[in-house]
Amino acid sequence: MKQAASAAPKKKKKGLLYDLKKHWIMWLMLVPVIVFFIVFHYLPMAGVYLAFTDFSFKGGLFGSPWVGMQNFKTLWDQGKIAYLTRNTICYNIAFIFLGNFCQIAAAIVLSRMTNKIMKKTYQTIMFLPYFVSYVIVQAFSYALFNSGSGMVTMLVRNLTGNAGFAPYSTPGIWKYIIVLVYLWKQIGYGTVVYLAAITSIGDDYYEAAQIDGASVMQQIRYITIPLLVPTFIVLLLLALGQIMRGQFELFYQLVGNQGQLFEATDILDTFVFRMLRVSFDVGIGSAAGLYQSLVGFCLIMFINWAIKRNHEEYALF
Amino acid sequence: MAKANKIKTTKDQKIFNCIAYPLLTLVTVACLIPFWMIVVTSFTDNSYIAVNGYQLFPTAWSLAAYQYLFKAPKAILRAYCVTIGITVTGTVIGLTCMTMAGYVLNRKDFPYRNHVSFFIYFTTLFSGGMVPSYILMVSVLDLQNSYWSVILAGLMSPFLIILMRNFMKSIPDALIEAATIDGANDFQIFVKIIIHLAGPGIATVCLFLALGYWNNWYTPMLYLTKSKMYPLQYYLYNILTSAQSAQQSGQAVEGVQFPGESIKMAMAVVATGPILLLYPYVQKYFVKGITIGAVKG
Repeated sequence: MKQAASAAPKKKKKGLLYDLKKHWIMWLMLVPVIVFFIVFHYLPMAGVYLAFTDFSFKGGLFGSPWVGMQNFKTLWDQGKIAYLTRNTICYNIAFIFLGNFCQIAAAIVLSRMTNKIMKKTYQTIMFLPYFVSYVIVQAFSYALFNSGSGMVTMLVRNLTGNAGFAPYSTPGIWKYIIVLVYLWKQIGYGTVVYLAAITSIGDDYYEAAQIDGASVMQQIRYITIPLLVPTFIVLLLLALGQIMRGQFELFYQLVGNQGQLFEATDILDTFVFRMLRVSFDVGIGSAAGLYQSLVGFCLIMFINWAIKRNHEEYALF
Repeated sequence: MAKANKIKTTKDQKIFNCIAYPLLTLVTVACLIPFWMIVVTSFTDNSYIAVNGYQLFPTAWSLAAYQYLFKAPKAILRAYCVTIGITVTGTVIGLTCMTMAGYVLNRKDFPYRNHVSFFIYFTTLFSGGMVPSYILMVSVLDLQNSYWSVILAGLMSPFLIILMRNFMKSIPDALIEAATIDGANDFQIFVKIIIHLAGPGIATVCLFLALGYWNNWYTPMLYLTKSKMYPLQYYLYNILTSAQSAQQSGQAVEGVQFPGESIKMAMAVVATGPILLLYPYVQKYFVKGITIGAVKG
């Protein structure tokens, strides 16, 4: 190690201590960030050991009994892990593919608009839902679906004559509602990303194609879409790496604690939250959380490894 | 300009427009409907809603909801003050820390910049999860029912630090070198040069942070248990859910009038108003931030 250091040319590779002294001002400027990440991100990683204890607030961090794999066994025996995982992954896959599809389509259409003012207006409005909190989303869903006076509830009742229709006791429709609300909330964000990618394509491609007589659809099909593929792949990989993480705020605000809907709408994140705050089952909650983090981590590592082998330029890190 | 005219004249562009404009109009209308509905309902007579349900074009108008809200504005004002306090404190602290970090991580002569970047990035790959974080905040740091728990929980994020670093890339290294030769130390360079040149980056990260704090209801739900301490969004959440659970589960008796449908919506308007008013002016910073930081981390 020492030899390598002295053999290396120039000032690099002289050890952390040396650098702490040399660049002490810069290290000092990093201290808040480093401390913050150690305390609020790395310390909780050590906290995964809670998953192996029967935690109680009375016993505290170190007074709670060690139970080994008992929490995982309970989770497995209850049969919850299977449908929680299925829901989390299936919803995320729907979000990723439908989301990107809508965002790409919107970006392409916006980019071809010749009227600048219209283009700006459309984009501004589409981006608006991104800015409101999920509590407002809940207000929307309440206004539309509550069983006493919701607009959709009333509409369906009047149209079908089914006076007993209540969205909150009809689990089947929620997968569509959740996906639609997600698309509504996120379309502006993704459109911005893809619009930036389209803008960077450069006019000469299109000019050349026009001279060759390519129609608008042909230009989109053979120039725009192929050149958007790299952006799509990067976003896809990032999203696939997060596939085990659910959209907690979305699900919690839309579904809340409606027990009837859990089978169709419960994801790992909402389950962990309920374990923590509703049934105070900290051990089970952290076991589910650890399972989620570990599987997610392995997935990312695998994806990155696979990408690195074939397409180095797309590697996440 | 010439190009735009040429596109306009072609026939297939016209066909494209015929499909594209209605389609996009539909999408934008769908984006707006919920907002329309909340605003309209907040101005609707409450007994009208009870009979006819929520409607896009109600016929019985009333200002009662707002009169009610502003007659006893104490609770809302308090929630507003809490939110503003948390937002300002958190944004100032977080922004200062992340701007410094972005600057250092972009310094080419700082040999450990990649190590530290990965140290930050790694937290997006693996995390302890919700439960250990909660236990840390409540049992170890003992910050339950302290505003610091809410401020600290949203103080920094890997995304924003990397965003800041990417913004810093546009500042030429030669400036830093020149300042070093003139005898400025690393912190002086930051204060005297970088801060003035990193304006757009600082503005963008500042707005992302502030939006995050303003819209935050989740950490207050976890860490604050006293209703007097609730920030705006969580206060709104409680109003929305108060009479709701009985209705949602269908246990409601038909014909019984629930109090304050329009008041709930008026509350939502009051809580979102500032964001909607500021939105047209700040939108461009978010667009810029997303463009620079979203794809390549």
